[in-house]
Amino acid sequence: MLSLNNIEVVYDGVILVLRGVSVEVREGAITTILGANGAGKTTTLKAISGVLYSERGEITKGSIELAGQRLNGKRASDVTRLGIAQVFEGRRVFEHLTAEENLIAGGHIMPDIKSIRDGIDMVYTYFPRLRERRHQQSGYLSGGEQQMLAIGRALMSKPKVVLLDEPSLGLAPMLVEEIFAIVQRLVKQEKLTVLLVEQNATLALGIAEHGYVMENGRIVLEGDAEKLRSNSDIKEFYLGLNEVGARKSYRDVKHYRRRKRWLS
Amino acid sequence: MDFAFLLIGNGILIGLMYSLIALGFVLVYKATDAINFAQGEFVMLAALISGSVIVGAGLPFWVAVIVALAAMIAFSFALERVVLRPLLGRPIVAVIMATIGLAAILRGLGPFIFGSGTRSITLPVGDEPIEFGPFILQPVQLVGALVSLLFLGAFSWFFLKSRMGVAMRAVADNQQVASAMGINVERYFALAWAMAGIVAALGGIVWGSMLGVDVQVALVGLKVFPVVILGGLDSIPGAVVGGLIVGIVENLAAGYLDPVVGGGTKDFAPYVLMILALMFRPYGMFGKRKIERV
Ligand SMILES: Nc1ncnc2c1ncn2[C@@H]1O[C@H](COP(=O)(O)OP(=O)(O)OP(=O)(O)O)[C@@H](O)[C@H]1O
Ligand SMILES: [Mg+2]
Repeated sequence: MLSLNNIEVVYDGVILVLRGVSVEVREGAITTILGANGAGKTTTLKAISGVLYSERGEITKGSIELAGQRLNGKRASDVTRLGIAQVFEGRRVFEHLTAEENLIAGGHIMPDIKSIRDGIDMVYTYFPRLRERRHQQSGYLSGGEQQMLAIGRALMSKPKVVLLDEPSLGLAPMLVEEIFAIVQRLVKQEKLTVLLVEQNATLALGIAEHGYVMENGRIVLEGDAEKLRSNSDIKEFYLGLNEVGARKSYRDVKHYRRRKRWLS
Repeated sequence: MDFAFLLIGNGILIGLMYSLIALGFVLVYKATDAINFAQGEFVMLAALISGSVIVGAGLPFWVAVIVALAAMIAFSFALERVVLRPLLGRPIVAVIMATIGLAAILRGLGPFIFGSGTRSITLPVGDEPIEFGPFILQPVQLVGALVSLLFLGAFSWFFLKSRMGVAMRAVADNQQVASAMGINVERYFALAWAMAGIVAALGGIVWGSMLGVDVQVALVGLKVFPVVILGGLDSIPGAVVGGLIVGIVENLAAGYLDPVVGGGTKDFAPYVLMILALMFRPYGMFGKRKIERV
């Protein structure tokens, strides 16, 4: 459905951040990109949505295609019209607007009031908590509610593909589970396609069908979620985080394993 | 007591007319974060245009209204496109300096293009003062105040209730995210400036009929700053309340203090209030606060 073919992204004309990334996002499923801080996950999503260009970023190589249509170089507001919605890292709700006004803004490209009304109703059925908070200024919502609002706002444009950037960031585990379950339901019931960026591998691989591991602007590993889940490198990589508290690089893990093998 | 009512009644009407000018400033600030130091000169330009249509060309009043509206919309569109858009993303000081420069240019070019004499334009209303309870109101001011109220109401409705108004507030909140919602940010910037142009056109006509049309009309722009600081830079209700306060305070100062100290308090009294407001309520009475959550 959405495919990235060997794309290279440069910021400010000199800073090379993505060095040949290829990702295939399958229709009606969740695809995930995992990776540590600074790997280039957010940059990948911004390259797709066109937000990149407002940050002096540029795609210097490769192509991005949505159902065969080339997205490279298209402005963010035009990419949205083609059916892609981005949920930003850190939620980025319109703080001074109420929850419902955020949704109205999210439905900006819809042709009439009725489709906006329907969209709002749909969002409230998936996120009932937003209905209770509809008239509250969104800057004062809780982190979890803001994340729900950010997702709901993205749904308002009736997108084919939703780009979800670290929805678990800073939220309590219970809440994250709740939100992930809703995303899963959205994919099933609304035939949504999702590209999910996460640092939390266990959770992401729990709901995704296919996954990629990114490091230093490159894809270093890819496979079916189930396979990745049982991949010992990934396990070690993310266990490393939990036990020592410091994140090891996937490469380091591999390196370490190799050395270990060589030593023994 | 009658004297106080007279001053207050007059202050309310003048205050609402200040609110109209301040509204132009607020609209631009709300949507684009730009601070327009040339709002007074916009009003002057509109007044000069109406003056040359009515007095210069001898055309009827309503033609002047249409010409002033069209010219000011075109002018602010062009200004946004040619001067301000290239400054997008630059420090806010760049825009401030650009509008200060623009103000000086307009004040210089105004008499050059439209002539330096004072022309008088009159609203098509009588000049018999109207008695209303204890108040005695001038028809010109009354019409000016009603026009102000009408447009303050219309723009409030636009921002609160219309989809475009919500989109414009979204742009003001976060341009990048707004563009990801499919909102064409540049188009909304242009729209905000065009609305400021409309307000300036109306302001130019009502203030021009009250003061006479010449470069001095630009001085009403000086009252914009106390009004918006008191009310909040981005708040339409704030512009109304700020305008009322400035109008009433300067009239009371003119009526009670001027005879004692020999005059001039009217012009600085609003600024005393403004500085007090900056000290105690930096976001004004209605301005939006930076939201900080922990
Ligand atoms: N606008 C920018 N200009 C210059 N460099 C940037 C810009 N945005 C990101 N970068 C750099 O690109 C690299 C990748 O950043 P990116 O935000 O894509 O990482 P990420 O994988 O999303 O990380 P995180 O998990 O911390 O969100 C980082 O080294 C970052 O410093
Ligand atoms: Mg990121």
